[in-house]
Amino acid sequence: MMKSIADKLERQLPRLVLAPTVLAIMVFVYGFILWTAWVSFTNSTLLPKYEFQGFFQYVKLFGNDRWWVACQNLAIFGSLFIFICIALGLLLAILLDQRIRCEGAIRAVYLYPMALSFIVTGTAWKWMLNPSLGLERLMHQFGFTGFTFDWLVNSEMSIYTVVIAGVWQSTGFVMAMFLAGLRGIDDAIIQAAQVDGAGLPRIYRCIIIPSLRPVFFSSIIILSHIAIKSFDLVVALTSGGPGYSSDLPATFMYAFAFNRNRLGFGAASAMVMFGAVMGIIVPYLYSELRGKKHA
Amino acid sequence: MPDMSAGNQRLSISQTIGRWLIYAVLILFALYFLLPWIVMLLTSVKTMADIRTGNLISFPREFTLEAWKSAWSGACIGVKCGGIKAYFFNSVKMAVPAVAISTLIGAVNGYVFSKWRFRGSEMIFSLLLIGCFIPFQVILLPMARTLGNLGLAQSLSGLILVHVVYGVAFTTLFFRNFYVGIPTELVNAARIDGAGFFRIFFRIMLPVSKPIFVVCIIWQTTQIWNDFLFGVVFSSGDTQPVTVALNNLVNTSTGVKRYNVDMAAAIIAAFPTLLVYIVAGKYFVRGLTAGAVKG
Amino acid sequence: MAALKIENIYKKFGSVEVLKGISLDVASGEFLVLVGPSGCGKSTLLNLIAGLETVSAGSIMIGDRVVNDISPKDRDIAMVFQSYALYPNMNIRKNLSFGLETRKMPKAQIQEIVQKVSTLLQIQNLLDRKPSELSGGQRQRVAMGRALARNPKVFLFDEPLSNLDAKLRVEMRTEIKRLHQRINTTIVYVTHDQIEAMTMADRIAIMKDGIVQQFDTPENVYDNPSNRFVAGFIGSPSMNFMPAKVGIDAGQAFLIMDTGNGRSHKLTVPREISPLAPWNDREVIFGIRPEQITEDTKRSRETGKNNIINCEVQVVEPTGPDTLVFIQLNGVEVTCRVHPAAARRPGETMALQVDMSKAIFFHPETGERI
Repeated sequence: MMKSIADKLERQLPRLVLAPTVLAIMVFVYGFILWTAWVSFTNSTLLPKYEFQGFFQYVKLFGNDRWWVACQNLAIFGSLFIFICIALGLLLAILLDQRIRCEGAIRAVYLYPMALSFIVTGTAWKWMLNPSLGLERLMHQFGFTGFTFDWLVNSEMSIYTVVIAGVWQSTGFVMAMFLAGLRGIDDAIIQAAQVDGAGLPRIYRCIIIPSLRPVFFSSIIILSHIAIKSFDLVVALTSGGPGYSSDLPATFMYAFAFNRNRLGFGAASAMVMFGAVMGIIVPYLYSELRGKKHA
Repeated sequence: MPDMSAGNQRLSISQTIGRWLIYAVLILFALYFLLPWIVMLLTSVKTMADIRTGNLISFPREFTLEAWKSAWSGACIGVKCGGIKAYFFNSVKMAVPAVAISTLIGAVNGYVFSKWRFRGSEMIFSLLLIGCFIPFQVILLPMARTLGNLGLAQSLSGLILVHVVYGVAFTTLFFRNFYVGIPTELVNAARIDGAGFFRIFFRIMLPVSKPIFVVCIIWQTTQIWNDFLFGVVFSSGDTQPVTVALNNLVNTSTGVKRYNVDMAAAIIAAFPTLLVYIVAGKYFVRGLTAGAVKG
Repeated sequence: MAALKIENIYKKFGSVEVLKGISLDVASGEFLVLVGPSGCGKSTLLNLIAGLETVSAGSIMIGDRVVNDISPKDRDIAMVFQSYALYPNMNIRKNLSFGLETRKMPKAQIQEIVQKVSTLLQIQNLLDRKPSELSGGQRQRVAMGRALARNPKVFLFDEPLSNLDAKLRVEMRTEIKRLHQRINTTIVYVTHDQIEAMTMADRIAIMKDGIVQQFDTPENVYDNPSNRFVAGFIGSPSMNFMPAKVGIDAGQAFLIMDTGNGRSHKLTVPREISPLAPWNDREVIFGIRPEQITEDTKRSRETGKNNIINCEVQVVEPTGPDTLVFIQLNGVEVTCRVHPAAARRPGETMALQVDMSKAIFFHPETGERI
């Protein structure tokens, strides 16, 4: 009798062990998302109120100039950041794949920014791009006296400084993914193409790069995910400024929910971000999981 | 990989030029990635006068560690003037338990998800996986209230809890993917040998898990150390982690801007993760590609 | 040592039914081989016996105890896995003793058993090594040793030889058989290799699509296959199958064979094996093993009564002891096994003797034996 009880307990162990995590995820992820969703439909300010008020926070959000600036900035930042990271990452990976001496050391140099906090990156670049003492001064002292570089304080250009710093931090990582992809290509295919008389550029254009499609795919997903969640980098580099010219949705949400205590409004912007990320991630995960099941 | 210059014929002139070009481009980019770090180091050992007269990459005329001393224990952050020392140790006190707890939970969870599947476990795993990707903005508001209700608001314990909860999804993914590669026959053999759930875990699985522990610990350490969003939202004053303190130092100091102190502080804040990268770069990259999707 | 009784087992994974009513009765000390193509359910059945999976319906008895709800550790079985599943972090000694320690056996006794088993399998000098330092054959021995150390009622083998190279596989086959003769424990052995099944088993259960097609001794499975699948699965080269029209002439059944170039020949079916009366003027599947179509010798002419056919040789494959000759009968390729010296070259015509006493007939639609 004792034995069978112990057996039954043993059989339930996997479930028991998982229970705390499941509970935590249900509460802290899904429960909290529902809570935020609910609050986004209310007129909550400093403290949450729970009467349903409909979509008016969303209406206000999409009527808000600053929100549109943030979204526009995300579009600029996101597309440039993704494009440049992938272009540079692919270029560097291909060059590094040419039997380079001290490849390990060079790779390590390209990748180290990934170990840094975005706050550190932002601080470094903020200093580099300092309008009076930074790059501009350097160029002046080199004799290019007409050189001006004031993007950091120029509300037209401030978002591009975020692109510069973001690219600096993430390119090495994209390079590493492409390098892994290149190393995974079967040498025999390339030898076959060589035997067929194809030149190196043609081999890259027609055989190698097309076969890296999965890497392109996951790079785009990962980079867009980083872009949408970008918060620290903007805070450290421009604090969203000048004015709110370099705001991103993540800093926008923080500003309204925590600095201005407009809970409902902040919740609405968070839900929009959530929707955007899920729109990208869920199809990706779905295809990944499907793919694995077939393999 | 495509070795076009292979064989015993000598390199032609155009190939030699090509090789040089490749090295030139690679070294140029290495400089680009190293530049901000060099600038930070140089700036941190200059005096302010030196900074105002020189440029970004000019060598210090007078080498001084004043800025480092100040950044570590003298600079004013908000109203307190104790440098970032205390905040650095906050980060240590936060990262060590958060990494340890989330890694251990992840190991057991991964073991269940890979070797003790039950009806619905795949479903739970998918739910968990989505938890890796949510933009944290969507849980910030309810989390702040929950921490308040638990009496953990603005405390290190609260921060640890937050990092564990949102890190577990990720550590679980790491361990699950690793354990999937360990033959299930091993578990079956141990079951027939009479070992139960925990005996198999401790005697069979854990001894072979060293590599994934290293990867997971490194990943979690960099993630938690470099975090800014949770730090800025869920802590204040004395409990802030170093990233938040750095940002405050750089962005809110009143009076004369001391760039050398900013840079020294940034280097201090980046030091632990950079050290991890230098010491265990191989594992770092492995974690990066495995856990890339978290962004 | 115990008998194993499997009664009407069903197993479903989700909506897929993998086993559809399996019943097997294995005597104590018997060597049962489960054989079949991949996906036939043989490994699932083994896992059910081990208790690694639970049955959807039916019952499993080890000895006189129903073990359906008993966990693997309490079933008193031991298992040898395809990948050997040696614990990589433990040395060989630990691998052998892990199960005994788990069962809280006294140290001295464990040591004694490890000693005995390692001597039996000649792995004494490997005891302090790690599995990764062993060759495939050595790992295989350790895996068996681990099972032996437990001295279980039933041994389960899951394709234990499929990761070994051909030569080692033959050696280990003999060794396992010898081991069985020595310890005489009930063994259930899963393989997809019909030669392993034939050489080792006391009885073979041939499975396909979750159903036992035939459960019988190796001799019977070979000579009296119950359906076309079994006939084709057991034996290498495989049995020849050709559609053939039955004719009956004065109570004597014969088959009309087209031997090529518009010529045809009547093969007489001996009365004692002829159940073909109802099939007059209809087509059946005629099955005959390659070794039953051989060169025409004097001796065979005396016994064989009119069953000589002349066919054009298409391909010749020497195997050493025999040569395989491929001909065309009734539009299908037929393999014949002849003496190397008697084989003709491709394109030549050869007289072949068909031993119709071993002929087998199958229903053209169901594939069941007639």
